[in-house]
Amino acid sequence: MQLILKIIFFMLIFSNTSNAQSKFQSLIEYQNSNIIKPSVKTAPFVINSIQTFNGEISNKFLLAWQLKKLWYRKDDYSIFLVEKHSNTEYATIDLETGKSLGLAKKNTIKQIKPNSGVRRLIGSALVTSQLNSSILINRISSLDSIGRNPKAIHLQPLRNAILKESDTNLKIQMERLERILSVKFEINEVKRIEAIRSFDNDLSLDVRASLNPILNTTLELSKSPPKQGTYAQIIDMKNPSKFNRYQAYDMIVKEGWAIKYITSEMKRSSLIENIKDGEVSGIKIKNLHTNLSRDLAYSRLVNSDLAPKDVTESQIQSAIDGTFFYEKYIEKSPNVILATQQTLNKIKTKVYIARGIDLFLDALSLASIFFLAAIGLAITFGVMGVINMAHGEFIMMGAYTGYLVQQYIPNYTISIILALPIAFAVTFFAGILMERLIIRHLYHRPLETLLATFGVSIALQQLAKNIFGTQARPLTSPDWLGGSMIINDVISISWIRVAILCLSIIFFALLWFTLNKTRLGLETRAVTQNPQMAASMGINPHKINMLTFGLGSGIAGIAGVAIGLFAKVTSELGNDYIVQSFMTVVVGGVGNIWGTLAGAAMIGFLQKSIEWFNPSNTLAAQTFMIVFIIIFIQFRPRGIIALKGRAAGD
Amino acid sequence: MKSVLVKFLINNPSVLIFFLILSFITAFITIGSEAFGYGFISTSLIKVLGKTLCFCLLAIAMDLVWGYCGILSLGHFAFFGLGGYMIGMWLMYERTKLIVIEAGKNAELPMTIQEVQNAIGAQIFGVVGGSEFPIIWAFADFFWVQLFLVILVPGLLALVFGWLAFRSRVTGVYLSILTQAMTLALALYLFQNDSGLRGNNGLSGLQNLPGLELIPQSIISIWFFWGSAAALGLGFILIKLIVESKLGNIIRGIRDNEQRMRFLGYNVETYKLFIFTLTAIIAAIAGALYYPQAGIINPAELTPIASIYLAVWVAIGGRGRIYGAVIGATFVSLLSSWLTGGQAPNISLGFIELKWVDWWLVLLGISFVIVTLYAPKGIGGLFDKFTKGISK
Repeated sequence: MQLILKIIFFMLIFSNTSNAQSKFQSLIEYQNSNIIKPSVKTAPFVINSIQTFNGEISNKFLLAWQLKKLWYRKDDYSIFLVEKHSNTEYATIDLETGKSLGLAKKNTIKQIKPNSGVRRLIGSALVTSQLNSSILINRISSLDSIGRNPKAIHLQPLRNAILKESDTNLKIQMERLERILSVKFEINEVKRIEAIRSFDNDLSLDVRASLNPILNTTLELSKSPPKQGTYAQIIDMKNPSKFNRYQAYDMIVKEGWAIKYITSEMKRSSLIENIKDGEVSGIKIKNLHTNLSRDLAYSRLVNSDLAPKDVTESQIQSAIDGTFFYEKYIEKSPNVILATQQTLNKIKTKVYIARGIDLFLDALSLASIFFLAAIGLAITFGVMGVINMAHGEFIMMGAYTGYLVQQYIPNYTISIILALPIAFAVTFFAGILMERLIIRHLYHRPLETLLATFGVSIALQQLAKNIFGTQARPLTSPDWLGGSMIINDVISISWIRVAILCLSIIFFALLWFTLNKTRLGLETRAVTQNPQMAASMGINPHKINMLTFGLGSGIAGIAGVAIGLFAKVTSELGNDYIVQSFMTVVVGGVGNIWGTLAGAAMIGFLQKSIEWFNPSNTLAAQTFMIVFIIIFIQFRPRGIIALKGRAAGD
Repeated sequence: MKSVLVKFLINNPSVLIFFLILSFITAFITIGSEAFGYGFISTSLIKVLGKTLCFCLLAIAMDLVWGYCGILSLGHFAFFGLGGYMIGMWLMYERTKLIVIEAGKNAELPMTIQEVQNAIGAQIFGVVGGSEFPIIWAFADFFWVQLFLVILVPGLLALVFGWLAFRSRVTGVYLSILTQAMTLALALYLFQNDSGLRGNNGLSGLQNLPGLELIPQSIISIWFFWGSAAALGLGFILIKLIVESKLGNIIRGIRDNEQRMRFLGYNVETYKLFIFTLTAIIAAIAGALYYPQAGIINPAELTPIASIYLAVWVAIGGRGRIYGAVIGATFVSLLSSWLTGGQAPNISLGFIELKWVDWWLVLLGISFVIVTLYAPKGIGGLFDKFTKGISK
């Protein structure tokens, strides 16, 4: 009967009726019983017939079928999707149109549950059909989905698809994925080793993710030494790192080679079980508060057969000594293991170098941030000998200025470009205001400048909190700064950091030019070296001080915009950078932009190198860095690049 | 001997006045307390006042090192916190031990020492996902040792840090920044969960004195108030004696011109190191008295900003005069806790209502700037004018 119907159905398909949808519907209706109760035998035929329909619907249907999303009505066997409406009722949805078909009682409908074999067939068919799809996007996405979740069953369809592929780029990707699949699933050992060896120079994560499992091991134990080549290593039981002696003994017990070890916990419960008239085998309970008395009581229990025999330490030791603990490869073929080891070793060396380069880039980026944050401070400190504790708050002001500019100019590119000069202007004038109102009066009392600027810092921080609230404000970067510059799977650096690096290089060049090639720079350097002498040469030190302070603060504002792009803008933003900035200045040496550069580089690289040894703990890295700096100051109290002459003498 | 004391008091009337005021306040608080008097002063207020006395002790230590020796240390609050941590370890350990033993009484078997130890570890370090005692807790069970550590640990830290810093002639703002870095490093270290001091959870429940569960907090608060007052009195007299001695003249000389003192043959570094370490120890003692009253200590208390506030108190009170530091600490810390506590009435300007909670820090910052600019002697400077007026 079924066979006849199938023939009729095929005739229907090839008779090429005008409406494909209704034809699909009729196919579903026709294959109804095979869809509702599929078996591995009938499924290939049904899948094939469904796939003869090019277009969305066949894939959509197969996917829903595979994921057990299809349901049918018990009385008329119509097939549809459902959505839970209440505990007893489900909304039914037409598969093709997505229209609701009304509610159905739960007991009138039933889920279609193809078994795992059928589901695998469907999955493979789906991938195959997508790989052979005439639309490029479909092929790419199916390749992606195989890459994300590779299975042995994909290998053959992929190989077939490579032969047919016309797009060169995609073909290369397909071939690469084919090699990855071969590494995992190829049965022919020679071909597999060939695939493994082909990755000798590949650093990507997916390659390592497919190679590493080949070397996975299980922990095994045996009484005789294991055969050469099948194990990764024999664990040295004198100094085991992965488990302790008792766990090792437990494993021996599990093999049945020794009797069970009685933990103190078990001893305790045995003792409790055998309490009689306030004592355990003749020992009063109140005396059982030491391990010694408990052991004695327990040994008496053992003697009267009330508890299992205890194992002594020497028995444990001899059991462990007589056993080999080793890590056995899950992979059987020694040749494959050898090839994988060699390839992974080659990759490992390359990854190590690449990580070094990545660390270098990270450190460079951190150094550039420190440089940008500290250079303003270094200028004011160097020229005027005053420390501006509110420098961090100027950074914060810059960041908030950037945020405000973004509120009025929605285009992120324009707003960032505008925010830089505006932030500079705002903090420049704030700096000049502070110099005129406060610092001017305290030139001969540097410690009190420190105090007065503390006051400003406290006030500004709270003011920002009052105005902007405590929650972090976003400073969104334009799209062209989103994402990362990816060189390979190991080396990458976000574009924002690249931009900050460029910004610091520009500012370094600009400052160097200003200080060394302009009249203002000449006068500033003169005041730095000897204010009295400079004044007698006709330079107005007050004007120079004011301008320098403004300049230093202005750069802090620009640093604020840059920092705001990757850090959260809060009123406490400045706190996070102020101490590091001071460290940069102190380590680098005062009054010299080269010194700040050296200081920033040293602190940046130092922090990243410490993180390299202990990547999970940045707090510890910061702690160690500060300790290191305190020690460093011992050897170069005036910083890496120290000024000579009178300016050096406080 | 007697005449020396009388002479000392005549030369320093501030000591007499200070002691009179301190004893008067102590007597007044005792009479007003719920435990020993009429009960018109609440226990929580007594705790606030007791804590303020500890701040005063910290402030006079700061005054000695900054106002007299010229070292603007931004690390003394860290020593204060370390002292608190040291006593807190004992308090927390003993308290947990009592709880564990109490719970163990209902068990079928009496607990072994190891079991007690493990249970305490699980209780204390459960929050940071551990149960084993780090080595630094080795003496937590011994009160006297831990009490000695209150002095030893901060003192040793100050000694090593000071030796490194002074030896390489780090002075002025450099030194301030270096002490700030030390404070930050310590705070960051304590923030880690594996620091062995419960990370940012800190130590808690310190107000419960082990063995004294039956005594109400109202009595304990008075005890601590007396203790703090006594410590402040002793600290005051110790620092006054140092300041009035030859040592006091030397350190004042170092403050005013370090180079000249060196040329006169004084070993400047040793003097500075002595003062720095001594004040660190006093700060630690103040902390050890403070935190049992506060009940909780966590690394956030040690961050550099706390040390900066300490400098603010001393500067507002008036540097270089010990009672100035006391006035500053009392005045600013009480005002600060009153205004940020939300009890102070808000000021309505018609179009906008100013909340003290929001604006107090702005006001403090500005007034600090004004004090630095126009009244470098702080509130204490007012007394100078007053006494001058009398002597005329």
